[in-house]
Amino acid sequence: MSETTLPAAAPAKRRSAPRGALIGQIFEGLCFGAATLLLAALGGIIVSLIVGGWPALSKFGVGFLFSATWNPVTDVYGAAGPIVGTLITAALALVLALPISGGVAFFLTELCPAPLRRPIGTAVELLAGIPSIVYGMWGLFVFAPLFARWIQLPLMSAAKPGSLLETLTTGIPNGSGILPASIILAIMILPFMAATLRELLLTVPAAVRESAYGLGATTAEVVLSVTLPYVRQGAIGAVMLGLGRALGETMAVTFIIGNSHAFPKSLFDSGSTIASTIANEFTEATSPVHTAALISLGLVLFLITFAVLGLARLLLRQQGAKL
Amino acid sequence: MNTLNPAVETFETSIADVDRAHVKVDVRNLNFYYGKTHSLKNVSIPIAKNKATALIGPSGCGKSTLLRTLNRMYALYPGQRAEGEIVLDGENVLGPRTDLARLRARVGMVFQKPTPFPMSIYDNVAFGVRLYENLSKADMDARVEESLTRAALWDEVKDKLSAPGLGLSGGQQQRLCVARGVAVRPEVLLLDEPTSALDPISSAKLEETVTQLKNDHTIVIVTHNLGQAARVSDYTGFMYLGELVEFGPTDELFTRPATKRTSDYITGRFG
Repeated sequence: MSETTLPAAAPAKRRSAPRGALIGQIFEGLCFGAATLLLAALGGIIVSLIVGGWPALSKFGVGFLFSATWNPVTDVYGAAGPIVGTLITAALALVLALPISGGVAFFLTELCPAPLRRPIGTAVELLAGIPSIVYGMWGLFVFAPLFARWIQLPLMSAAKPGSLLETLTTGIPNGSGILPASIILAIMILPFMAATLRELLLTVPAAVRESAYGLGATTAEVVLSVTLPYVRQGAIGAVMLGLGRALGETMAVTFIIGNSHAFPKSLFDSGSTIASTIANEFTEATSPVHTAALISLGLVLFLITFAVLGLARLLLRQQGAKL
Repeated sequence: MNTLNPAVETFETSIADVDRAHVKVDVRNLNFYYGKTHSLKNVSIPIAKNKATALIGPSGCGKSTLLRTLNRMYALYPGQRAEGEIVLDGENVLGPRTDLARLRARVGMVFQKPTPFPMSIYDNVAFGVRLYENLSKADMDARVEESLTRAALWDEVKDKLSAPGLGLSGGQQQRLCVARGVAVRPEVLLLDEPTSALDPISSAKLEETVTQLKNDHTIVIVTHNLGQAARVSDYTGFMYLGELVEFGPTDELFTRPATKRTSDYITGRFG
């Protein structure tokens, strides 16, 4: 066969299709519109938060972030209490939830007997779907009394005067405060992180796991040295999303944190978070500065969450470079 | 292809024996089940010490399954079970008291596709060694170099040992996996179609590696490449539909197959 016997390739004949082109244009326009709408909403929220919070921001300046005085009577507002409360509860929740969610995910992917995998996996996902107000009520009515009776009181009576434990455990033993709120938050973010981690671990190719087992590694060694590092990028993302949820969670925390604007002095002390403060006071804020201070709190929370996401991006990029 | 019902078909089989004094692994009357599927039927095969034994046969004949019973990799998956005996140095590894991690350290495995761990080249090789041995930095360096050299990879990676293993080319990754496998000094090394994802040059290098590894290791290699089986192995087993049809010295099996089915397969009449 020589090339000359082949007919010259006809130019690709696209039926002139104005209809297809039109659909294409509409599709592109809609996608562009959707993306633009989202960006506009984001920008709008930032602008309205700044504008709404301006009376407070201009009055208190940078001191708004560092003062712990929050006094609606004298109309003086400083956000340090809620900011610190937010950061501490979210961080504690993460510290508590991370190992447990890891354990759940590892159990479900490596150790769980096959017939139980699906029921337990589904249960974990269901837990992630429980509305936060339910967690809050459960926390206040069920968890707090138990916590006070079985953890708070024994710890407080065991603490020697002047010891670190005493410093950490001072407070009213009523089961509400920073640590109980953190525990409720941990319970709330745990299922989400466990479910995501489990999904991630399932993406590790069987041959990679088998290779690790094939070298004589035990399950713990396989999980910690091979499968977890294999999915570390996604795992960081999951953890950051969990942290984001803990930072912004409102109802459950409002129920159990004790709602004091003072700087928390111990793990059992009452405190507040940004979200709980806003939820508690918005209806009662009569003076314009009070309202503006609450809106400014919203702006601060927005920026904190933004910073967390940015940090996640940074970590992901570093991990990506390492891989 | 055959139109007979496999359930009623009986094979003519021919299983040669090897010198009993040199049997490293003796598989006796092995049956294997994936759930209810009976995928290995009464397989008995002697694996000679410090020789390469190739397992050939069409897809789905059970050769990979046989390989995965030798280090009990199947035990990771519920519903898979083996019956019979696999005697490694006089001890039945299918017994309930076998320490699976120890067994797998003695019986290493290299997979069809390269599976480097998400860590540096050095750590990939050192990973398995660290599990069982406490070597000094100098000793570990030596072990890593020795292993990479034996896998014919040292010259290509000696200047970038701290680079990620996943950054290597496919052929290099597979040789890294071989280095990782030999680094723990297993007595038996199982190779599951180790060159099927490799280009011809990398394949040739890997075959050379296998030939050298025979000096200290007992090798079992599953391959679809008959030429490869003929080149690297001393004994060959031909499997079909879960049974071992023929087993014998490689040169005899390829030049004077004892059964018609083996003859048909190696001459390309089916498979």
